[in-house]
Amino acid sequence: MKRTVSVLIAGVLLLVGAAAASAAEPIKIGLNLEMTGAVAAYGQQGYEGIQVLQKMMKLEALGRPVEFVLVDNKSDRVESANAAQRLIQRDRVVAIIGPMISGSMLAAGPVAEQANVPIIGPSTTNPLTTQGRQYVFRACFIDPFQGQIAARFAYEQLGVRRAALLVDVAQDYAVGLGNFFAREFTKLGGQVVATQYLKTGDQDFSAQLTGIRAANPELLYMPNYYTEIALAAVQARRLGLNVPILAGDGADAPELIQIGGSAVEGLMHTGFYHEKAFTNPLARKYVETFRQVTGKDPNAFGALTADSVLIVLDAIERAGSAEPAAIARAMRETNNLEVTTGSVTIQGGDAIKPVVIRKLVNGQWQYLATVNP
Amino acid sequence: MAEETTGLAAVRPAGRALSPWTRRLLTFAALALFAVAIAYMEGPNFSPYYRRILNVALIYVVAAVSYNLVNGIAGQFSLGPNGFMAIGGFFTTLMMLPVARKEQVFFLQPLIWPLSEFSLPEVLQGALSRLIPGSAAIAFLSMSLGFLGALVLAGVMAALGGLVVGIPSLRLRGDYLAIATFGFGEIIFVLANNLISVTNGPLGIRDIPEYANLWWTGGAAVFTLWAVQNLVNSTYGRALKAIREDEIAAETMGINVFAHKLLAFVVSAFFAGVAGGLLAALLTTISPSLFTFMMTFNLLIIIVLGGLGSTTGAAVTAVVYAVLQEALRAVEAPMRLGPIHIPGVPGMRMVVFSLLLIFLMLFYRRGLFGRSEFTWQAAWETAHRLGAALGGLFQRGTGRPAGEVRRPRGR
Amino acid sequence: MTADVVVQQLLNGISLGGLYSLLAIGYTMVYGILRLINFAHGDVFMVGAYTAFYLVGIFRLPWWIAAPGAALFTALVGVTIDRAAYRPLRNEPRISALITAVGVSFFIENLGLVMLGGRPKGMPVPGVMARAYSVGPFRIPGVTLWVPVLTVALVLLLLVLVYRTRIGTAMRALSRDIETTRLMGVDVDRVISYTFALGSALAAAGGIMWSFQFPQVNPLMGIYPGWKAFTAAVVGGIGNIVGAMIGGFLIGIVEIMTVGLLPHLSGYRDAFVFGLLIFFLLVRPTGILGEPLKEKV
Repeated sequence: MKRTVSVLIAGVLLLVGAAAASAAEPIKIGLNLEMTGAVAAYGQQGYEGIQVLQKMMKLEALGRPVEFVLVDNKSDRVESANAAQRLIQRDRVVAIIGPMISGSMLAAGPVAEQANVPIIGPSTTNPLTTQGRQYVFRACFIDPFQGQIAARFAYEQLGVRRAALLVDVAQDYAVGLGNFFAREFTKLGGQVVATQYLKTGDQDFSAQLTGIRAANPELLYMPNYYTEIALAAVQARRLGLNVPILAGDGADAPELIQIGGSAVEGLMHTGFYHEKAFTNPLARKYVETFRQVTGKDPNAFGALTADSVLIVLDAIERAGSAEPAAIARAMRETNNLEVTTGSVTIQGGDAIKPVVIRKLVNGQWQYLATVNP
Repeated sequence: MAEETTGLAAVRPAGRALSPWTRRLLTFAALALFAVAIAYMEGPNFSPYYRRILNVALIYVVAAVSYNLVNGIAGQFSLGPNGFMAIGGFFTTLMMLPVARKEQVFFLQPLIWPLSEFSLPEVLQGALSRLIPGSAAIAFLSMSLGFLGALVLAGVMAALGGLVVGIPSLRLRGDYLAIATFGFGEIIFVLANNLISVTNGPLGIRDIPEYANLWWTGGAAVFTLWAVQNLVNSTYGRALKAIREDEIAAETMGINVFAHKLLAFVVSAFFAGVAGGLLAALLTTISPSLFTFMMTFNLLIIIVLGGLGSTTGAAVTAVVYAVLQEALRAVEAPMRLGPIHIPGVPGMRMVVFSLLLIFLMLFYRRGLFGRSEFTWQAAWETAHRLGAALGGLFQRGTGRPAGEVRRPRGR
Repeated sequence: MTADVVVQQLLNGISLGGLYSLLAIGYTMVYGILRLINFAHGDVFMVGAYTAFYLVGIFRLPWWIAAPGAALFTALVGVTIDRAAYRPLRNEPRISALITAVGVSFFIENLGLVMLGGRPKGMPVPGVMARAYSVGPFRIPGVTLWVPVLTVALVLLLLVLVYRTRIGTAMRALSRDIETTRLMGVDVDRVISYTFALGSALAAAGGIMWSFQFPQVNPLMGIYPGWKAFTAAVVGGIGNIVGAMIGGFLIGIVEIMTVGLLPHLSGYRDAFVFGLLIFFLLVRPTGILGEPLKEKV
């Protein structure tokens, strides 16, 4: 009798222990983000998105909790590759989220590919990052698509026939987008009357803008990041260049309005994100939680990073395993998954999702249109 | 490498002098040990993460040792190695990239003509398979020879760049030279961003065959050390040091100052180009932003920390620097210890490094090695003194008077 | 390119050149005395702009207090840098001081990135500066009008200080021969501090006006203006205050006009400026107004 009791107790203890062990063993996901360096703002915004998601819902897969391992990549290619390798070998993560920018993904992607660990770039818009890869993904649309939509919007909706471009020559994102816009716009029958270049870090664009003004365009397309857009807008207005401005998703940051002030009023841009474009409850809840937690309006980079997390977790559930190769296989079959920016389908590693166009009116973003792929 | 007799050895001979044969033997033993270590580290049991850091460290060795030749040995303050690394990196890339990939990667603007039809390994493979038809080793051989050829050619291109930059700017001295070389570095960066049909613009190029492993980086580091150290110990090297100490006096002694400076500059540019090529082949991607002034700043910290003018100092600090940068990562990342959240300070790394540079210049200008080199003789003496000190400690335990213990250490 | 575009570009160039001038004078003054390129000068300029930003944006001070306040604080920063990092190296080889200067520059930038954050902040611009005037076919923004005027006024004030006061005389004496000046009973360190204070205050003035023209501040904003202004100092003849002013305007105009005349090469803008720098270094290293350098054996 005594012995039976002790065996029973031991058995119960064992069971409890096993249950506790399996519940305590978390699924590790690596974050390879730009916390410092030239585009630190994007990495920081992305991390904020994940923190909001954590507050909003319990993040788990297969009944196991999720643990994030954050590593800064200094917005640098060498460090991005180092960081990916560190996350895979040292921290044994099952998937990596980030880097945010395409150039760094070109360095981190092959590392993950070689180790058969899935890596997903929340906002890596360049087509080259996923081309020919089995383990590299993106949660956003690609530059050619966005450039085409922008060109069509300008030509068809705004009725513009003469466009001028001001492109940041030191950013692959800006050069790519500008290029695809120009191709599509001329194909449609429009005319690019002036293409001028600037370089990240420069602040005076008066010469370029004077040249653009002399070419007499109907629209100024600036596919740059928000600081350069805001500075160029201010100088354009001072120089009396009052044509409408169109930008890409790089414009999506509160700093655009803070720096640009009245000069960016009326600015339009193509992006991932507007709360009015959402229909699913998850997206609405994310917007609400974001406002509650940070006191600010949500931004594209945070939302896309949160989406990346949801894509990975969904894949783990569907794969029924937290094994990296299985996760990657399942990620490739993501279909109509509800995420914070609407819904997403993955084809060949690329997210297929609509482009949202917004306009700044009285300091508030107004929803203009959604263009489906 | 072991022939330098100035420095520690000349100051105080302790223990017996090592014969040239012993020193040579020690060098070979060290090289053999290094090769065995690489063989182990390239094996399956070694973490790819550590392997990557070591690769980066060894590439830093190549770049820092060659940079030190101009700044430390010849005493000419150049700020332009990033430009030469960029030239070497892009040239290696364009030589190595398979023709089919070139068409895919250059999707904004096609690559300019002769380069678009040309890939060194493919050319070699074609030539070799005509010579020895049907051999399986041909792919490996053509790849290896192709990479070696690409690296050498990249070094030559960078050296040509060094010639173009050096001939006008080496007439300048001190600050003016620094500014001119910085200006050239910036011009190369601007060109690399704008010449989309050569560099693919700011996005850069992907799918460079991943060919830089520890054999290549380690081999390049050893070769660079050997070549630079031989140059330093030759009459050219002595002339360079004379120029560093007093340019006018050196000129009076009949040294062709300009020719010597140019030699150092061109040799340095060659190895910087090789380092750039290795970095491209390690990352498998390249872009102008890899080679900004930050790269030069990193190298400057390395050679100053190592002791301006010490080749082996630059090599040792290069490894320490690369490892330290990765090790300090843990400190600046946010940490979550259960319920406690330590926010960490991203970017603190660079603050620490720039402070370190200032403090070193103020209080410890000599750096780790000063102008001395690592020599077997010096190592032998250090070991000798260490042994004596340890022996003293050991003997204290056996009841020797304490006064005698301090003597060997305090001398 | 029609005539009115040329004139408009010229106005843009003068406006930008005025900003370079204010920054170039700091480089020239320090170099004239210490033969040191103060790499950190562009970052001092950033400190000036940030101080003004905080005084106006956060503490809501009016501009007539904030601007002198920022200049004062920046002068203090400049003097501190000299005391802490440059003075101990006065008798060392110049390369040591130069490397230290690079280190100071990176230290200020990275400390700024850590303490102030990398995201840019919008600068509040006073109405006079933000307004733009239409004159015939030309648009003249308030900044374009005021910057050159203020620049010339500040340079005149500086010239009075240098040529009409005792300390100015001491500064000029130092730039000739430090040792002799010391023997004449001049407190050399005090005069050098004074030089750093003046140069840094002018950098602050430049920084504030810069952020009126380009209404944002960020920790890395001083890097390129710093290099361009240094170029201006060399082109004008380093060590010469009027030369720095002329060099500043020249660089500004050249930079703008190359973009204006060769619009398809606007991406190469910085290459033109650095090319001009190298050209001057090689052909006339003493610049437009500089005196020939004496070789010291």
